[in-house]
Amino acid sequence: MFPTPIEKQSRGIQIGYQAMVPVVLIMWLLPLLAVMLFSIKPEADFVSGDYWSLPANLDGLNNYYKVFFESDMPKYMWNSIRITIPTVIGCMILSSMTGFALGVYKFKANLWIFFMFVAGNFVPFQILMIPVRDLTLDIGLYNKVQGLILFHVAFQTGFCTLFMRNFIRALPFELIEAARVEGIAEWRIFWYVVLPLMKPALAAMAVLIFTFIWNDYFWAVVLTQGSEAQPVTAGITSFNAQFRAAYHLMSAGSIVAALPPVAMFFLMQKHFIAGLTLGAVK
Amino acid sequence: MPVSEYDQVKRGWYRRNEIAITPYLFLIPGVFFFAVYVIFPVFQSFNISLYKWDGLGEAEYIGLENYRKLFDDRAFETSLWNNLKWLVLYLLAIPAGLMISLFLNQKITGIRLYKSLFFFPFVISQIVVGLVFSWFYDPTFGLFTKAIALIGLEIKGGVLGNPTAVTYGIIAAGLWPQTAYCMILYLTGLNSVDPEQVEAARLDGAKGWKMLWYVIIPQLKPATFIAFVVTIVGALRSFDLISIMTRGGPFGQSRVLSYYMFEKALSEYGFRMGYGAAIAVVLFMIMLVFIAYFLWSMYQDEKGAH
Repeated sequence: MFPTPIEKQSRGIQIGYQAMVPVVLIMWLLPLLAVMLFSIKPEADFVSGDYWSLPANLDGLNNYYKVFFESDMPKYMWNSIRITIPTVIGCMILSSMTGFALGVYKFKANLWIFFMFVAGNFVPFQILMIPVRDLTLDIGLYNKVQGLILFHVAFQTGFCTLFMRNFIRALPFELIEAARVEGIAEWRIFWYVVLPLMKPALAAMAVLIFTFIWNDYFWAVVLTQGSEAQPVTAGITSFNAQFRAAYHLMSAGSIVAALPPVAMFFLMQKHFIAGLTLGAVK
Repeated sequence: MPVSEYDQVKRGWYRRNEIAITPYLFLIPGVFFFAVYVIFPVFQSFNISLYKWDGLGEAEYIGLENYRKLFDDRAFETSLWNNLKWLVLYLLAIPAGLMISLFLNQKITGIRLYKSLFFFPFVISQIVVGLVFSWFYDPTFGLFTKAIALIGLEIKGGVLGNPTAVTYGIIAAGLWPQTAYCMILYLTGLNSVDPEQVEAARLDGAKGWKMLWYVIIPQLKPATFIAFVVTIVGALRSFDLISIMTRGGPFGQSRVLSYYMFEKALSEYGFRMGYGAAIAVVLFMIMLVFIAYFLWSMYQDEKGAH
Protein backbone atom coordinates (compact mmCIF):
# COMPACT_ATOMS: atom_id res chain seq x y z
CA MET A 1 0.00 0.00 0.00
CA PHE A 2 1.16 3.52 -0.72
CA PRO A 3 1.63 5.79 1.12
CA THR A 4 2.86 3.78 4.10
CA PRO A 5 -0.14 2.74 6.20
CA ILE A 6 -0.65 5.03 9.14
CA GLU A 7 -0.93 2.00 11.46
CA LYS A 8 2.80 1.46 11.01
CA GLN A 9 3.67 4.98 12.10
CA SER A 10 4.22 6.27 15.60
CA ARG A 11 1.27 7.01 17.85
CA GLY A 12 1.86 10.75 17.54
CA ILE A 13 1.65 10.73 13.76
CA GLN A 14 -1.50 8.64 13.91
CA ILE A 15 -3.26 11.09 16.20
CA GLY A 16 -1.97 14.02 14.17
CA TYR A 17 -3.33 12.48 10.98
CA GLN A 18 -6.72 11.74 12.49
CA ALA A 19 -7.00 15.33 13.65
CA MET A 20 -5.82 16.72 10.34
CA VAL A 21 -8.32 14.97 8.06
CA PRO A 22 -11.42 16.73 9.41
CA VAL A 23 -9.63 20.09 9.40
CA VAL A 24 -8.62 19.71 5.77
CA LEU A 25 -12.14 18.57 4.94
CA ILE A 26 -13.68 21.67 6.50
CA MET A 27 -11.32 23.89 4.52
CA TRP A 28 -12.16 21.95 1.35
CA LEU A 29 -15.89 22.41 1.86
CA LEU A 30 -15.69 25.96 3.22
CA PRO A 31 -17.54 27.64 0.32
CA LEU A 32 -20.34 25.11 0.67
CA LEU A 33 -20.57 25.43 4.43
CA ALA A 34 -20.93 29.17 3.97
CA VAL A 35 -23.97 28.63 1.77
CA MET A 36 -25.48 26.25 4.29
CA LEU A 37 -25.07 28.90 6.94
CA PHE A 38 -26.61 31.56 4.68
CA SER A 39 -29.60 29.37 3.99
CA ILE A 40 -30.65 29.27 7.64
CA LYS A 41 -30.02 32.90 8.49
CA PRO A 42 -32.98 35.29 8.68
CA GLU A 43 -33.17 38.17 6.23
CA ALA A 44 -32.68 40.73 9.02
CA ASP A 45 -29.08 39.55 9.50
CA PHE A 46 -28.20 40.36 5.91
CA VAL A 47 -29.88 43.74 6.09
CA SER A 48 -27.80 44.70 9.11
CA GLY A 49 -24.65 43.52 7.35
CA ASP A 50 -24.11 40.59 9.69
CA TYR A 51 -23.11 37.82 7.30
CA TRP A 52 -21.09 35.40 9.37
CA SER A 53 -22.59 35.01 12.83
CA LEU A 54 -24.52 31.87 13.64
CA PRO A 55 -28.28 32.45 13.46
CA ALA A 56 -29.70 33.39 16.84
CA ASN A 57 -33.00 31.60 16.31
CA LEU A 58 -34.79 29.27 13.92
CA ASP A 59 -36.48 32.02 11.91
CA GLY A 60 -34.12 31.16 9.09
CA LEU A 61 -36.00 27.94 8.39
CA ASN A 62 -38.60 30.27 6.97
CA ASN A 63 -36.30 30.58 3.95
CA TYR A 64 -36.99 26.98 3.02
CA TYR A 65 -40.70 27.48 3.55
CA LYS A 66 -40.60 30.42 1.13
CA VAL A 67 -38.64 28.45 -1.44
CA PHE A 68 -41.15 25.62 -1.36
CA PHE A 69 -44.40 27.57 -1.11
CA GLU A 70 -43.86 31.07 -2.41
CA SER A 71 -41.63 30.58 -5.43
CA ASP A 72 -41.58 28.70 -8.72
CA MET A 73 -39.00 26.30 -7.31
CA PRO A 74 -41.33 23.28 -6.96
CA LYS A 75 -42.38 23.76 -10.59
CA TYR A 76 -38.76 23.74 -11.74
CA MET A 77 -38.03 20.70 -9.59
CA TRP A 78 -40.94 18.86 -11.11
CA ASN A 79 -39.69 19.75 -14.61
CA SER A 80 -36.26 18.41 -13.72
CA ILE A 81 -37.84 15.14 -12.66
CA ARG A 82 -39.93 14.98 -15.83
CA ILE A 83 -36.78 15.45 -17.90
CA THR A 84 -34.35 13.31 -15.96
CA ILE A 85 -36.30 10.10 -15.36
CA PRO A 86 -37.41 9.44 -18.98
CA THR A 87 -33.89 10.28 -20.18
CA VAL A 88 -32.37 7.72 -17.85
CA ILE A 89 -34.82 5.06 -19.00
CA GLY A 90 -34.31 5.89 -22.68
CA CYS A 91 -30.54 5.71 -22.33
CA MET A 92 -30.73 2.36 -20.57
CA ILE A 93 -32.83 0.87 -23.35
CA LEU A 94 -30.81 2.21 -26.28
CA SER A 95 -27.38 1.60 -24.83
CA SER A 96 -28.06 -1.92 -23.57
CA MET A 97 -28.87 -2.73 -27.21
CA THR A 98 -25.94 -0.90 -28.81
CA GLY A 99 -23.60 -2.15 -26.10
CA PHE A 100 -24.75 -5.71 -26.74
CA ALA A 101 -24.30 -5.38 -30.51
CA LEU A 102 -20.81 -3.87 -30.21
CA GLY A 103 -19.65 -5.98 -27.29
CA VAL A 104 -20.70 -9.43 -28.49
CA TYR A 105 -20.52 -9.50 -32.28
CA LYS A 106 -17.52 -9.35 -34.56
CA PHE A 107 -18.21 -7.51 -37.78
CA LYS A 108 -16.32 -5.12 -39.98
CA ALA A 109 -17.95 -1.85 -39.00
CA ASN A 110 -17.88 -2.69 -35.29
CA LEU A 111 -14.90 -0.59 -34.23
CA TRP A 112 -15.91 2.27 -36.54
CA ILE A 113 -19.39 2.53 -35.11
CA PHE A 114 -17.94 2.30 -31.62
CA PHE A 115 -15.48 5.10 -32.32
CA MET A 116 -18.27 7.19 -33.80
CA PHE A 117 -20.12 6.98 -30.46
CA VAL A 118 -16.97 7.77 -28.49
CA ALA A 119 -15.95 10.71 -30.68
CA GLY A 120 -19.47 12.15 -30.70
CA ASN A 121 -19.54 12.01 -26.94
CA PHE A 122 -16.61 14.44 -26.77
CA VAL A 123 -17.75 17.15 -29.19
CA PRO A 124 -18.33 20.63 -27.77
CA PHE A 125 -22.04 21.32 -27.31
CA GLN A 126 -21.83 24.54 -29.31
CA ILE A 127 -21.20 22.75 -32.59
CA LEU A 128 -24.57 21.01 -32.13
CA MET A 129 -26.46 23.97 -30.76
CA ILE A 130 -27.89 25.69 -33.84
CA PRO A 131 -28.95 22.56 -35.77
CA VAL A 132 -30.42 20.86 -32.68
CA ARG A 133 -32.34 23.99 -31.75
CA ASP A 134 -33.70 24.23 -35.31
CA LEU A 135 -34.64 20.58 -35.36
CA THR A 136 -36.44 20.92 -32.04
CA LEU A 137 -38.32 23.97 -33.33
CA ASP A 138 -39.23 22.13 -36.54
CA ILE A 139 -40.75 19.15 -34.79
CA GLY A 140 -42.67 21.44 -32.45
CA LEU A 141 -40.89 20.44 -29.25
CA TYR A 142 -39.19 23.74 -28.45
CA ASN A 143 -39.90 24.73 -24.85
CA LYS A 144 -41.28 21.28 -24.09
CA VAL A 145 -39.66 18.70 -21.83
CA GLN A 146 -39.91 16.14 -24.65
CA GLY A 147 -37.54 18.19 -26.78
CA LEU A 148 -34.90 18.10 -24.05
CA ILE A 149 -35.48 14.41 -23.38
CA LEU A 150 -34.99 13.40 -27.02
CA PHE A 151 -31.74 15.31 -27.28
CA HIS A 152 -30.39 14.07 -23.95
CA VAL A 153 -31.19 10.45 -24.77
CA ALA A 154 -29.49 10.74 -28.15
CA PHE A 155 -26.40 12.48 -26.83
CA GLN A 156 -25.91 10.35 -23.73
CA THR A 157 -26.18 7.23 -25.86
CA GLY A 158 -22.59 7.95 -26.89
CA PHE A 159 -21.24 7.74 -23.36
CA CYS A 160 -23.59 4.91 -22.37
CA THR A 161 -22.61 2.79 -25.35
CA LEU A 162 -18.94 3.16 -24.42
CA PHE A 163 -19.85 2.16 -20.90
CA MET A 164 -22.03 -0.85 -21.71
CA ARG A 165 -19.84 -2.16 -24.50
CA ASN A 166 -16.76 -2.24 -22.29
CA PHE A 167 -18.74 -3.92 -19.55
CA ILE A 168 -20.12 -6.61 -21.86
CA ARG A 169 -16.65 -7.19 -23.28
CA ALA A 170 -15.51 -8.22 -19.82
CA LEU A 171 -18.27 -10.84 -19.42
CA PRO A 172 -17.31 -14.49 -20.01
CA PHE A 173 -17.99 -15.10 -23.69
CA GLU A 174 -18.42 -18.87 -23.05
CA LEU A 175 -21.90 -18.14 -21.67
CA ILE A 176 -23.03 -16.82 -25.03
CA GLU A 177 -21.37 -19.62 -26.95
CA ALA A 178 -23.01 -22.21 -24.70
CA ALA A 179 -26.41 -20.61 -25.35
CA ARG A 180 -25.76 -20.65 -29.10
CA VAL A 181 -24.87 -24.33 -29.01
CA GLU A 182 -28.24 -24.90 -27.37
CA GLY A 183 -29.81 -23.23 -30.40
CA ILE A 184 -31.22 -20.24 -28.53
CA ALA A 185 -32.18 -17.28 -30.73
CA GLU A 186 -29.87 -14.27 -30.54
CA TRP A 187 -32.48 -11.88 -29.16
CA ARG A 188 -33.24 -14.41 -26.42
CA ILE A 189 -29.55 -14.51 -25.58
CA PHE A 190 -29.75 -10.74 -25.18
CA TRP A 191 -32.84 -10.90 -23.02
CA TYR A 192 -32.20 -13.97 -20.88
CA VAL A 193 -28.41 -14.26 -20.73
CA VAL A 194 -26.76 -10.87 -21.17
CA LEU A 195 -29.34 -8.44 -19.78
CA PRO A 196 -29.50 -10.01 -16.30
CA LEU A 197 -25.71 -9.84 -16.12
CA MET A 198 -25.77 -6.16 -17.10
CA LYS A 199 -27.81 -5.12 -14.05
CA PRO A 200 -24.93 -3.70 -12.00
CA ALA A 201 -23.62 -1.75 -14.99
CA LEU A 202 -27.09 -0.41 -15.77
CA ALA A 203 -27.49 0.70 -12.17
CA ALA A 204 -24.15 2.50 -12.20
CA MET A 205 -24.97 4.13 -15.50
CA ALA A 206 -28.42 5.21 -14.37
CA VAL A 207 -27.01 7.04 -11.34
CA LEU A 208 -24.43 8.82 -13.47
CA ILE A 209 -26.88 9.86 -16.18
CA PHE A 210 -29.32 11.05 -13.54
CA THR A 211 -26.65 13.36 -12.14
CA PHE A 212 -25.44 14.59 -15.54
CA ILE A 213 -28.93 15.40 -16.76
CA TRP A 214 -30.13 16.90 -13.50
CA ASN A 215 -27.14 19.23 -13.54
CA ASP A 216 -27.39 20.17 -17.22
CA TYR A 217 -27.71 23.88 -17.77
CA PHE A 218 -26.61 24.61 -21.32
CA TRP A 219 -29.31 22.63 -23.13
CA ALA A 220 -31.94 23.82 -20.70
CA VAL A 221 -31.37 27.43 -21.77
CA VAL A 222 -31.00 26.53 -25.45
CA LEU A 223 -34.13 24.41 -25.78
CA THR A 224 -36.51 25.86 -23.18
CA GLN A 225 -37.56 29.12 -21.55
CA GLY A 226 -39.85 30.01 -18.66
CA SER A 227 -41.14 27.89 -15.83
CA GLU A 228 -43.30 25.68 -18.07
CA ALA A 229 -40.48 23.37 -19.10
CA GLN A 230 -37.22 24.63 -17.62
CA PRO A 231 -35.37 22.43 -15.15
CA VAL A 232 -34.10 23.59 -11.81
CA THR A 233 -30.60 24.62 -12.98
CA ALA A 234 -32.12 27.19 -15.31
CA GLY A 235 -34.74 28.01 -12.69
CA ILE A 236 -32.03 29.02 -10.22
CA THR A 237 -30.82 31.71 -12.59
CA SER A 238 -34.25 33.28 -12.97
CA PHE A 239 -34.57 32.91 -9.21
CA ASN A 240 -31.34 34.88 -9.12
CA ALA A 241 -32.91 37.66 -11.18
CA GLN A 242 -36.14 37.58 -9.15
CA PHE A 243 -34.56 37.81 -5.70
CA ARG A 244 -31.47 39.81 -6.63
CA ALA A 245 -29.38 39.99 -3.49
CA ALA A 246 -31.69 37.86 -1.36
CA TYR A 247 -28.85 35.63 -0.28
CA HIS A 248 -30.91 33.75 2.27
CA LEU A 249 -33.45 32.65 -0.35
CA MET A 250 -30.89 32.02 -3.07
CA SER A 251 -28.83 29.78 -0.84
CA ALA A 252 -31.85 27.85 0.39
CA GLY A 253 -32.97 27.44 -3.24
CA SER A 254 -29.54 26.24 -4.35
CA ILE A 255 -29.41 23.66 -1.60
CA VAL A 256 -32.84 22.35 -2.50
CA ALA A 257 -31.85 22.16 -6.18
CA ALA A 258 -28.61 20.34 -5.41
CA LEU A 259 -30.21 17.85 -3.07
CA PRO A 260 -31.53 15.12 -5.44
CA PRO A 261 -28.15 14.27 -7.04
CA VAL A 262 -26.52 14.44 -3.62
CA ALA A 263 -29.09 12.05 -2.19
CA MET A 264 -28.62 9.80 -5.22
CA PHE A 265 -24.87 9.81 -4.66
CA PHE A 266 -25.06 8.88 -0.99
CA LEU A 267 -27.68 6.20 -1.53
CA MET A 268 -25.98 4.58 -4.50
CA GLN A 269 -22.39 5.46 -3.69
CA LYS A 270 -20.92 2.12 -4.68
CA HIS A 271 -22.58 2.18 -8.10
CA PHE A 272 -21.79 5.82 -8.63
CA ILE A 273 -18.08 5.44 -8.04
CA ALA A 274 -17.93 2.16 -9.95
CA GLY A 275 -19.46 4.00 -12.90
CA LEU A 276 -17.20 7.03 -12.75
CA THR A 277 -14.03 5.06 -12.40
CA LEU A 278 -14.75 2.44 -15.02
CA GLY A 279 -11.50 2.01 -16.89
CA ALA A 280 -9.41 3.71 -14.21
CA VAL A 281 -7.94 0.31 -13.40
CA LYS A 282 -6.91 -2.41 -15.76
CA MET B 1 -52.82 -20.33 -40.12
CA PRO B 2 -50.80 -22.81 -42.16
CA VAL B 3 -47.15 -22.00 -42.56
CA SER B 4 -46.56 -21.12 -46.19
CA GLU B 5 -43.48 -22.21 -48.03
CA TYR B 6 -42.46 -18.56 -48.34
CA ASP B 7 -42.44 -18.11 -44.58
CA GLN B 8 -40.27 -21.14 -44.18
CA VAL B 9 -37.79 -19.85 -46.73
CA LYS B 10 -37.77 -16.47 -45.03
CA ARG B 11 -37.29 -17.93 -41.60
CA GLY B 12 -34.62 -20.22 -42.97
CA TRP B 13 -32.74 -17.27 -44.44
CA TYR B 14 -33.04 -15.31 -41.20
CA ARG B 15 -31.96 -18.31 -39.14
CA ARG B 16 -28.94 -18.89 -41.33
CA ASN B 17 -27.83 -15.25 -41.18
CA GLU B 18 -29.00 -14.52 -37.67
CA ILE B 19 -25.56 -13.84 -36.20
CA ALA B 20 -24.66 -11.47 -39.03
CA ILE B 21 -27.92 -9.51 -38.93
CA THR B 22 -28.65 -9.26 -35.21
CA PRO B 23 -25.99 -6.66 -34.36
CA TYR B 24 -27.36 -4.30 -37.03
CA LEU B 25 -30.91 -4.69 -35.76
CA PHE B 26 -29.76 -3.87 -32.25
CA LEU B 27 -27.81 -0.87 -33.46
CA ILE B 28 -30.54 0.76 -35.55
CA PRO B 29 -32.34 2.78 -32.82
CA GLY B 30 -29.19 3.99 -31.08
CA VAL B 31 -27.32 4.87 -34.26
CA PHE B 32 -30.38 6.60 -35.69
CA PHE B 33 -30.80 8.88 -32.68
CA PHE B 34 -27.11 9.57 -32.42
CA ALA B 35 -26.84 10.38 -36.13
CA VAL B 36 -29.80 12.76 -36.09
CA TYR B 37 -28.84 14.64 -32.93
CA VAL B 38 -25.04 14.48 -32.93
CA ILE B 39 -23.35 13.44 -36.16
CA PHE B 40 -25.42 15.36 -38.73
CA PRO B 41 -25.56 18.56 -36.68
CA VAL B 42 -21.74 18.72 -36.71
CA PHE B 43 -21.79 18.86 -40.51
CA GLN B 44 -24.78 21.19 -40.56
CA SER B 45 -22.89 23.62 -38.35
CA PHE B 46 -19.97 23.61 -40.80
CA ASN B 47 -22.47 24.46 -43.51
CA ILE B 48 -24.23 27.19 -41.52
CA SER B 49 -20.87 28.84 -40.83
CA LEU B 50 -20.69 29.72 -44.54
CA TYR B 51 -23.87 31.77 -44.40
CA LYS B 52 -25.10 35.04 -43.01
CA TRP B 53 -28.27 34.07 -41.22
CA ASP B 54 -30.46 35.54 -38.48
CA GLY B 55 -32.16 32.22 -37.80
CA LEU B 56 -35.48 33.25 -39.29
CA GLY B 57 -35.23 34.79 -42.75
CA GLU B 58 -33.34 33.69 -45.85
CA ALA B 59 -29.74 32.65 -45.31
CA GLU B 60 -27.23 34.39 -47.53
CA TYR B 61 -24.18 32.48 -48.73
CA ILE B 62 -21.00 34.40 -47.96
CA GLY B 63 -18.29 31.74 -48.19
CA LEU B 64 -15.50 32.13 -45.66
CA GLU B 65 -16.41 35.69 -44.76
CA ASN B 66 -17.41 34.72 -41.19
CA TYR B 67 -13.97 33.22 -40.62
CA ARG B 68 -12.25 36.27 -42.04
CA LYS B 69 -14.18 38.46 -39.64
CA LEU B 70 -12.98 36.34 -36.71
CA PHE B 71 -9.45 37.58 -37.37
CA ASP B 72 -10.43 41.20 -36.69
CA ASP B 73 -12.65 40.38 -33.73
CA ARG B 74 -10.96 41.37 -30.48
CA ALA B 75 -13.61 39.59 -28.41
CA PHE B 76 -12.86 36.38 -30.29
CA GLU B 77 -9.17 36.80 -29.57
CA THR B 78 -9.84 37.28 -25.86
CA SER B 79 -12.07 34.20 -25.80
CA LEU B 80 -9.42 32.11 -27.53
CA TRP B 81 -6.76 33.18 -25.03
CA ASN B 82 -9.07 32.42 -22.17
CA ASN B 83 -9.73 28.98 -23.59
CA LEU B 84 -6.00 28.40 -23.57
CA LYS B 85 -5.79 29.49 -19.93
CA TRP B 86 -8.61 27.09 -19.10
CA LEU B 87 -6.91 24.21 -20.89
CA VAL B 88 -3.58 24.68 -19.15
CA LEU B 89 -4.75 25.60 -15.67
CA TYR B 90 -7.56 23.07 -15.54
CA LEU B 91 -4.95 20.33 -15.84
CA LEU B 92 -3.84 21.27 -12.31
CA ALA B 93 -6.84 19.22 -11.20
CA ILE B 94 -4.84 16.08 -12.01
CA PRO B 95 -1.87 16.58 -9.63
CA ALA B 96 -4.19 18.17 -7.05
CA GLY B 97 -6.51 15.17 -7.21
CA LEU B 98 -3.55 12.83 -6.89
CA MET B 99 -2.31 14.67 -3.81
CA ILE B 100 -5.66 14.52 -2.05
CA SER B 101 -6.07 10.85 -2.92
CA LEU B 102 -2.63 10.08 -1.45
CA PHE B 103 -3.58 12.03 1.65
CA LEU B 104 -6.81 10.06 2.04
CA ASN B 105 -5.52 6.60 1.10
CA GLN B 106 -5.43 5.36 4.71
CA LYS B 107 -7.56 3.15 6.86
CA ILE B 108 -8.86 5.11 9.82
CA THR B 109 -12.33 5.20 11.34
CA GLY B 110 -14.77 7.04 9.13
CA ILE B 111 -12.42 7.35 6.17
CA ARG B 112 -15.14 6.22 3.78
CA LEU B 113 -17.36 9.09 4.84
CA TYR B 114 -14.44 11.52 4.56
CA LYS B 115 -13.76 10.35 1.03
CA SER B 116 -17.41 10.83 0.05
CA LEU B 117 -17.48 14.30 1.54
CA PHE B 118 -14.32 15.27 -0.33
CA PHE B 119 -16.03 14.12 -3.50
CA PHE B 120 -19.08 16.25 -2.75
CA PRO B 121 -18.28 19.24 -5.01
CA PHE B 122 -18.45 17.04 -8.09
CA VAL B 123 -22.00 15.88 -7.40
CA ILE B 124 -23.62 19.31 -7.20
CA SER B 125 -24.35 21.21 -10.39
CA GLN B 126 -21.90 23.76 -11.76
CA ILE B 127 -24.63 26.36 -11.45
CA VAL B 128 -24.65 25.93 -7.70
CA VAL B 129 -20.83 25.82 -7.63
CA GLY B 130 -20.85 29.10 -9.54
CA LEU B 131 -23.24 30.75 -7.08
CA VAL B 132 -21.29 29.46 -4.12
CA PHE B 133 -18.07 30.89 -5.51
CA SER B 134 -19.55 34.23 -6.49
CA TRP B 135 -20.42 34.69 -2.83
CA PHE B 136 -17.06 33.33 -1.78
CA TYR B 137 -15.43 36.06 -3.92
CA ASP B 138 -17.90 38.80 -3.02
CA PRO B 139 -16.00 42.09 -2.51
CA THR B 140 -17.96 43.11 0.62
CA PHE B 141 -18.50 39.94 2.63
CA GLY B 142 -16.84 37.08 0.70
CA LEU B 143 -14.70 34.72 2.73
CA PHE B 144 -11.99 34.85 0.07
CA THR B 145 -11.89 38.65 0.19
CA LYS B 146 -11.63 38.52 3.99
CA ALA B 147 -8.93 35.87 3.86
CA ILE B 148 -6.65 37.81 1.49
CA ALA B 149 -7.30 41.00 3.47
CA LEU B 150 -5.67 39.24 6.44
CA ILE B 151 -2.40 39.13 4.52
CA GLY B 152 -2.90 42.69 3.32
CA LEU B 153 -4.05 41.96 -0.22
CA GLU B 154 -6.94 43.47 -2.07
CA ILE B 155 -8.23 42.76 -5.56
CA LYS B 156 -9.72 45.88 -7.08
CA GLY B 157 -13.43 45.43 -7.78
CA GLY B 158 -13.38 41.93 -6.29
CA VAL B 159 -12.17 38.85 -8.12
CA LEU B 160 -15.13 38.76 -10.48
CA GLY B 161 -15.14 42.50 -11.12
CA ASN B 162 -11.48 42.66 -11.99
CA PRO B 163 -10.68 42.19 -15.71
CA THR B 164 -7.31 40.56 -15.01
CA ALA B 165 -8.33 38.29 -12.14
CA VAL B 166 -11.74 37.22 -13.35
CA THR B 167 -10.82 34.25 -15.57
CA TYR B 168 -8.46 32.84 -12.96
CA GLY B 169 -11.18 33.19 -10.36
CA ILE B 170 -13.65 31.22 -12.47
CA ILE B 171 -11.06 28.56 -13.31
CA ALA B 172 -10.36 28.14 -9.60
CA ALA B 173 -14.08 27.57 -9.05
CA GLY B 174 -14.05 24.97 -11.82
CA LEU B 175 -11.02 23.25 -10.34
CA TRP B 176 -12.93 22.54 -7.18
CA PRO B 177 -15.28 19.86 -8.61
CA GLN B 178 -12.73 18.74 -11.19
CA THR B 179 -10.12 18.00 -8.51
CA ALA B 180 -12.72 15.96 -6.67
CA TYR B 181 -13.30 13.91 -9.81
CA CYS B 182 -9.60 13.26 -10.36
CA MET B 183 -9.26 12.36 -6.69
CA ILE B 184 -11.88 9.63 -6.95
CA LEU B 185 -10.20 8.24 -10.09
CA TYR B 186 -6.86 8.06 -8.29
CA LEU B 187 -8.36 6.56 -5.12
CA THR B 188 -9.69 3.72 -7.23
CA GLY B 189 -6.37 3.45 -9.03
CA LEU B 190 -4.42 3.35 -5.77
CA ASN B 191 -6.61 0.51 -4.58
CA SER B 192 -5.33 -1.70 -7.33
CA VAL B 193 -1.65 -0.84 -7.10
CA ASP B 194 0.25 -4.10 -6.86
CA PRO B 195 1.32 -4.43 -3.19
CA GLU B 196 4.12 -6.86 -4.05
CA GLN B 197 5.81 -4.34 -6.31
CA VAL B 198 5.54 -1.72 -3.59
CA GLU B 199 7.08 -4.08 -1.03
CA ALA B 200 9.82 -5.07 -3.45
CA ALA B 201 10.64 -1.43 -4.13
CA ARG B 202 10.63 -0.76 -0.40
CA LEU B 203 13.17 -3.52 0.16
CA ASP B 204 15.30 -1.87 -2.51
CA GLY B 205 15.22 1.27 -0.39
CA ALA B 206 12.75 3.30 -2.48
CA LYS B 207 10.52 5.63 -0.53
CA GLY B 208 8.70 8.95 -0.63
CA TRP B 209 8.93 10.87 -3.89
CA LYS B 210 11.08 8.23 -5.60
CA MET B 211 8.59 5.51 -4.82
CA LEU B 212 5.75 7.72 -6.02
CA TRP B 213 7.46 8.68 -9.26
CA TYR B 214 9.00 5.36 -10.31
CA VAL B 215 6.63 2.79 -8.85
CA ILE B 216 3.22 4.25 -8.14
CA ILE B 217 2.57 6.76 -10.93
CA PRO B 218 3.40 4.30 -13.73
CA GLN B 219 0.84 1.92 -12.28
CA LEU B 220 -1.73 4.70 -12.18
CA LYS B 221 -1.47 5.29 -15.90
CA PRO B 222 -5.04 4.21 -16.79
CA ALA B 223 -6.44 6.55 -14.11
CA THR B 224 -4.25 9.39 -15.36
CA PHE B 225 -5.45 8.86 -18.92
CA ILE B 226 -9.11 9.10 -17.91
CA ALA B 227 -8.39 12.09 -15.68
CA PHE B 228 -6.72 13.77 -18.66
CA VAL B 229 -9.65 13.05 -20.98
CA VAL B 230 -12.35 14.29 -18.61
CA THR B 231 -10.32 17.36 -17.65
CA ILE B 232 -9.68 18.45 -21.24
CA VAL B 233 -13.32 17.91 -22.17
CA GLY B 234 -14.39 19.79 -19.04
CA ALA B 235 -12.07 22.71 -19.79
CA LEU B 236 -13.41 23.15 -23.31
CA ARG B 237 -17.02 22.75 -22.16
CA SER B 238 -16.75 25.48 -19.52
CA PHE B 239 -19.94 27.44 -19.96
CA ASP B 240 -22.14 27.14 -16.88
CA LEU B 241 -19.71 28.80 -14.49
CA ILE B 242 -19.09 31.78 -16.75
CA SER B 243 -22.77 32.11 -17.44
CA ILE B 244 -23.75 32.24 -13.77
CA MET B 245 -20.74 34.06 -12.33
CA THR B 246 -20.03 36.88 -14.79
CA ARG B 247 -21.95 36.49 -18.06
CA GLY B 248 -18.60 36.95 -19.75
CA GLY B 249 -17.84 40.23 -18.00
CA PRO B 250 -16.41 42.55 -16.92
CA PHE B 251 -15.90 44.05 -20.39
CA GLY B 252 -16.08 40.58 -21.92
CA GLN B 253 -12.83 39.60 -20.22
CA SER B 254 -14.04 36.23 -18.93
CA ARG B 255 -15.56 34.96 -22.18
CA VAL B 256 -14.44 31.69 -23.68
CA LEU B 257 -15.34 30.37 -27.14
CA SER B 258 -18.27 28.30 -25.90
CA TYR B 259 -19.82 31.30 -24.16
CA TYR B 260 -19.01 33.77 -26.94
CA MET B 261 -20.60 31.49 -29.51
CA PHE B 262 -23.79 31.26 -27.46
CA GLU B 263 -23.82 35.01 -27.03
CA LYS B 264 -23.44 35.70 -30.75
CA ALA B 265 -25.89 33.09 -31.97
CA LEU B 266 -28.69 33.80 -29.50
CA SER B 267 -28.00 37.31 -28.34
CA GLU B 268 -30.68 39.77 -27.37
CA TYR B 269 -29.53 42.06 -30.18
CA GLY B 270 -30.53 39.66 -32.94
CA PHE B 271 -29.32 36.21 -33.82
CA ARG B 272 -26.09 35.79 -35.74
CA MET B 273 -26.24 32.08 -36.49
CA GLY B 274 -23.61 31.99 -39.21
CA TYR B 275 -21.03 33.84 -37.15
CA GLY B 276 -21.86 31.75 -34.10
CA ALA B 277 -21.44 28.56 -36.12
CA ALA B 278 -18.02 29.75 -37.29
CA ILE B 279 -16.93 30.19 -33.66
CA ALA B 280 -18.31 26.74 -32.85
CA VAL B 281 -16.32 25.26 -35.72
CA VAL B 282 -13.10 26.76 -34.34
CA LEU B 283 -13.87 25.29 -30.92
CA PHE B 284 -14.67 21.97 -32.54
CA MET B 285 -11.36 21.92 -34.41
CA ILE B 286 -9.47 22.46 -31.14
CA MET B 287 -11.39 19.59 -29.58
CA LEU B 288 -10.79 17.44 -32.66
CA VAL B 289 -7.06 17.38 -31.96
CA PHE B 290 -7.78 15.85 -28.57
CA ILE B 291 -10.50 13.54 -29.85
CA ALA B 292 -8.05 12.16 -32.42
CA TYR B 293 -5.52 11.56 -29.65
CA PHE B 294 -8.10 9.86 -27.40
CA LEU B 295 -9.28 7.58 -30.19
CA TRP B 296 -5.73 6.75 -31.18
CA SER B 297 -4.92 5.72 -27.59
CA MET B 298 -8.06 3.62 -27.41
CA TYR B 299 -7.23 2.03 -30.73
CA GLN B 300 -3.78 1.03 -29.45
CA ASP B 301 -5.45 -0.54 -26.43
CA GLU B 302 -7.95 -2.42 -28.57
CA LYS B 303 -5.17 -3.79 -30.74
CA GLY B 304 -3.33 -4.94 -27.65
CA ALA B 305 -6.45 -6.73 -26.41
CA HIS B 306 -6.57 -9.07 -29.39
